[in-house]
Formats: sequence, structure tokens, C-alpha cells
Amino acid sequence: MSWRKLPRLTFWRLLLAVILATGFYSALLRFTKGLGAATALTDRFPWGLWIGFDVLCGVGLAAGGFTLAAIVYIFHLERFQPIVRPTILTAFLGYVLVAVALLFDLGRPYRIWHPMVMWNPRSVMFEVAWCVMLYLTVLALEFSPMVFERFRWQRPLRIVKALTIPMVIAGVLLSTLHQASLGSLYLIVPSKLHPYWYSPLLPVLFFVSAVGVGLAMVIFESNLSARTFGREIEMPLLADLGKGIVVVLAFYALMRFRDLASHGTLRYLREPSTETVLFVLETLLGVVVPLAFLAFRRVRDSREGLFAAAVLVIAGFLLNRLNVSITGLEASSGTHYFPKWTEVSVTLSLVGLGFLFFALAVRYFGVFGSHSAVAEAQRHPKRLDTRVHVA
Amino acid sequence: MSKAILVDTTRCIGCGACVSACKEANGLPQNEDTMLTAETLNVVESRSGVFVRKFCMHCQDPACASVCPVGALRKTAVGPVIYDESRCMGCRYCMMACPFGIPRYEWKLVLPRVKKCTMCAPRQAKGLQPACTEACPVQASIFGDRDLLLGDAENRLRQNPGGYVQHIYGRDEVGGTSVLYLSAVSFEALGFPANIPHDPLPMYTYRVLSKIPNVVAVGTVLLGGIWWITKRRAEVAYAEGEEKGTPKASDS
Repeated sequence: MSWRKLPRLTFWRLLLAVILATGFYSALLRFTKGLGAATALTDRFPWGLWIGFDVLCGVGLAAGGFTLAAIVYIFHLERFQPIVRPTILTAFLGYVLVAVALLFDLGRPYRIWHPMVMWNPRSVMFEVAWCVMLYLTVLALEFSPMVFERFRWQRPLRIVKALTIPMVIAGVLLSTLHQASLGSLYLIVPSKLHPYWYSPLLPVLFFVSAVGVGLAMVIFESNLSARTFGREIEMPLLADLGKGIVVVLAFYALMRFRDLASHGTLRYLREPSTETVLFVLETLLGVVVPLAFLAFRRVRDSREGLFAAAVLVIAGFLLNRLNVSITGLEASSGTHYFPKWTEVSVTLSLVGLGFLFFALAVRYFGVFGSHSAVAEAQRHPKRLDTRVHVA
Repeated sequence: MSKAILVDTTRCIGCGACVSACKEANGLPQNEDTMLTAETLNVVESRSGVFVRKFCMHCQDPACASVCPVGALRKTAVGPVIYDESRCMGCRYCMMACPFGIPRYEWKLVLPRVKKCTMCAPRQAKGLQPACTEACPVQASIFGDRDLLLGDAENRLRQNPGGYVQHIYGRDEVGGTSVLYLSAVSFEALGFPANIPHDPLPMYTYRVLSKIPNVVAVGTVLLGGIWWITKRRAEVAYAEGEEKGTPKASDS
């Protein structure tokens, strides 16, 4: 067993240790000195990196979970089964870290349970809170078979497996609502958010782009796993996901530009401004270039090409969420926000923890090990819904 | 009858009596803040040579109250928008949502609260008027029923058409506010946002939120249906394969 000797010191482990140590110090600062001391937030700019990146981007990047669960369990495209488990794991960790980020950002984190008993159904934030709670529960259940298998707990395993379909349906609905409602959060600021990003369609745009980036994240994560854990990469599956991204991005681009054109927003393109640069960058990086690349079969079938396109989609997505939550609001706020090192440090730590927990889960649970079950399911499709491993 | 405050900036002499009175009524330190802070919930700004008070507008349908996930902010029937600090979890969505940028946060405290003018709701409950309007020596700010104050404001605009911009700021902005302003210069010059819609902001959200029950109902049926159909198709394909004696993989 490896715990008998100290783990080998590699560059990545050293980097992670430094990040986590700094993050721990930042956390101390945050919880002993308050938000004012630990962030660059002000009355004019009350939401910063923790909401813009940790929450908005974190939730979006976890979207692979519900997308793939729907593909495999609802649409019965069982050949995608081998990548369901790592994707569910990514989503679960993503959501856990989003909840942790919220604890950092809330002024009174010990009251995070208040929305459970103090209701205001008119509030988007209320909906967000409930979706996070419920979907986190669903993800924990979807992840639980990996734990139950490890300890050979047959009874809970059977119960959870019997619940697969209702669970997946609930998960898809909750994610849909949640991804969309993160966009709805900004519907209330028509006079504050720059017209490039404000739209009555924000919830729909957030949902569609989340599906796109969810697929890109599966490709991204599969590549990293293949390299880190020395696994065979599921190229034909990933190439098909690339095709999916083309459809989603094309749909997104069409909707976005129709929307911008209908509000007469495209005239702003003639004005050189920070917003214009960021908007063009976001569109080229996250939509136009990957769409053009992925349209070619040669790119989709090449591991490097597909990976590069996925990275572009993810980068464009991150830029979009940060534009909506930070840069698009700067002009009207009359101030400039740039995150303090403590905010960056906490954010990096959360990302680092995500990688760490993923690696640990791969080591201790059967994250990649359900191929035989799929093969079995394909031989006995009659028993499809009961025999296929829950993600 | 809902109460309101009418601020006639042409009458304000910038004495700051309302500011001191506000601080005294709310138990806040007397300091020289030049803009709204967690310790100054009412401030007199000098803009374009005009003195203009800034404090919570007490919207008729307030964005802050509609976005608060725990209902810590509430519009009372008599006018004030009030804050229940024991509910607040500190998400600061109210600060994001406020079109006038009013709510402040106690950033320096480990357990901060949102701070804003309450239109002296506790004083009003005792039958008193807000501290600021009571303190004003020149009646630049007056307190009364909103409808009556609107009538008063219209009279002033009519009687002195050259002395005022012909607009009552707060009558229609975001569906109306319980604080109304009159001015001789443009409201934009006084630092009021000009692109404020006349619809109540919560409507923008409600249009979407009201669709959720439908999304859930239709979504459940749709997903369940797709699941059932694709499963059935796989079973049929399997059965047909078995008849021919060559069972084949079920995926499409």
C-alpha cells in the first residue's frame, strides 16, 4: 500500500501544496477579518470573482453531468456508458466546490440553510438555492454506487440502481432550471448590464451554452484522465461529442445573433470599447473558431484537434460568464473591480481541490471500471434499465 | 394610504440637518461622509451646483425585496421598504438588483448587515414623520400621502413651468417609488440613472419564473416519453435479432 511511504514529490504536487497552503491562509483571513479585508468588493461592486467564476463558471463546467446522463439513460445511447462515471464525478465535485465557494461569498455563511425555511418564490436566488441543494443530492446519489461497490454494500446499491431513471430525470430537470436560472439572475439589471450581454433570453442562452461547454468538458477531462492515469482514450465517442458540440454551438450562435440584432445591439460593434473587444473575443474564441474547426471530420477525429477545440469552447464560455457577471457591469457601476489576491487564491484552491479529489476518487473507487457491465447490458437489452450500472 | 417623501431640490440649501437627524434617529456616528456608506444612509450631494439628497427610493415594487431569497427585505403597505437582519444570509443580491445603487454593506465587519434608509418605519409606527423631513428647515423634503404629494408636485410644475424640468422623478420610474424628486436641472445631471425602465423590475424576472411549473411538467413527460420509446426500440431490435438468431448490440 502506498500510504506506507511518503508520496513522491512532483512539480504538480508541489504546486498544489503551495496553492492549498495560500488558500488556507486566505480562508483564515476571510473568516476572521471579513469580506472587506479579504476581497476587493465594494458597495458599487458587490459580486466579484467568487460569484462570477466559482459559481457561474463552476456550475456551467459541471453541465456535462446531466447532459451525458440524459444521453445514456434517457436516450439509451449506451455506447457512451464508459465516460458517464468520470463525468458524474466531475459534476459532483464541481457542485460541491460551488457550495463551498458560496460559503466563502455569503456574508453570513452559517445561514446558508435559511432558504429552506424562509421562502421567497419570487426570487431567482431562491430558485438557485433550491436547485443547488436538490441537484447536489441527486449527484451524490448518482455518485454513490461507486462508493457502495467499493465496500460491497449490496442493498443500498440495489436501491439506488432501482431509482436510476427517476433520479436522472430529476437531475436533468433540476440542471436545466439551474443553468437557466443563473442567467435569470441578471434579468433584474436591465439598466446596469451592457447590452451585449443583457437579454430577456439570458436564461435560454445560459442553458444552451452550458450544454455545449458540458460536452467540451467531457472531452477535456477524458484527455487529462488518459494522460494522468495512462488510460486508453475513447476517441470515437469523443468525436461524436464533438459533432454534438457543433450542433449546440450553431444553435447558440444563431439564437445569440438573432437576439442581438433584434435589439439593435450590433451597432455597438462600431464603437471601439473594452466591451466590444471582450464581446468579439468571446464570440470568436468560444463559438466561431471551434465551430469552424469541429465542422471538419478530420479535426473531430484527431485527438489534438478535438482537444484544442474543446479548450477553446471552455475558454470562450468562461469569458462569457465573466463578461456577464463582472466586465459587463463595470461601466454602469462607475468603478473598476479587480479581484484581490485572496479571492484568486481561494478560487485556485477550489480548482486544485477539484483535481485532487478527482484523482483520489479514481484511486479508491471504480470510476473507470464499468465496461463489463455495459457489455453485459448490450447482450441483454431487455434488462437494460436494471442491469446497467448507475453512473 | 401609502406614505412618501417629496424632495424639491430647488428649495434645498444644503444645510445637512436631514443628515444629522437621520444619523441620530438610526444611532449612527456623526461623520463627514460625502456619499452613502453603511454609516450614512442619507447624504446631501452637491451636483451641477444643486444640492440633492440621496437615500433609498422605497420603490412601489422594489427589486431588492423581490430578489431576496429569504425575504429579508419587504415593502410595507404604508410605504417603507424594511430589512429584517435576522433573515439575511448576506448574498448581496439586493445590492446587485437595486437600480439606484442604494443598499450598503458592512464590509468591515465579520458578520455584516445590509444598511439602507428605512423611511424611519419605527418612527412612522409611532405616528411620527421621518427624522429627515421633520428636521428640514426649508421644507425641501416633505412627508405625506403619496397621492397628495404627487398632486402637490404637479401643482409646483404647473405654477412655475420655467423653474422646473417638467418631470416628477419617481412617479413612473421602475413602476413608481415612494420618494419623489423635483429639479431645475436634468435628473441625469443630479446623478440619477437615465435609462431606468418604467416597468417594475420584478416583472422582468417573473416573466421567466412563472414558466418553471410548465418546464417541470412538460420536461418530465418529455424525458419519460423519450426514455420509454428508446427502451422499447432497443427491446424490439433485440427481439428481432434473436429471431434471426444473431443478437446484436442494442445501441443505435
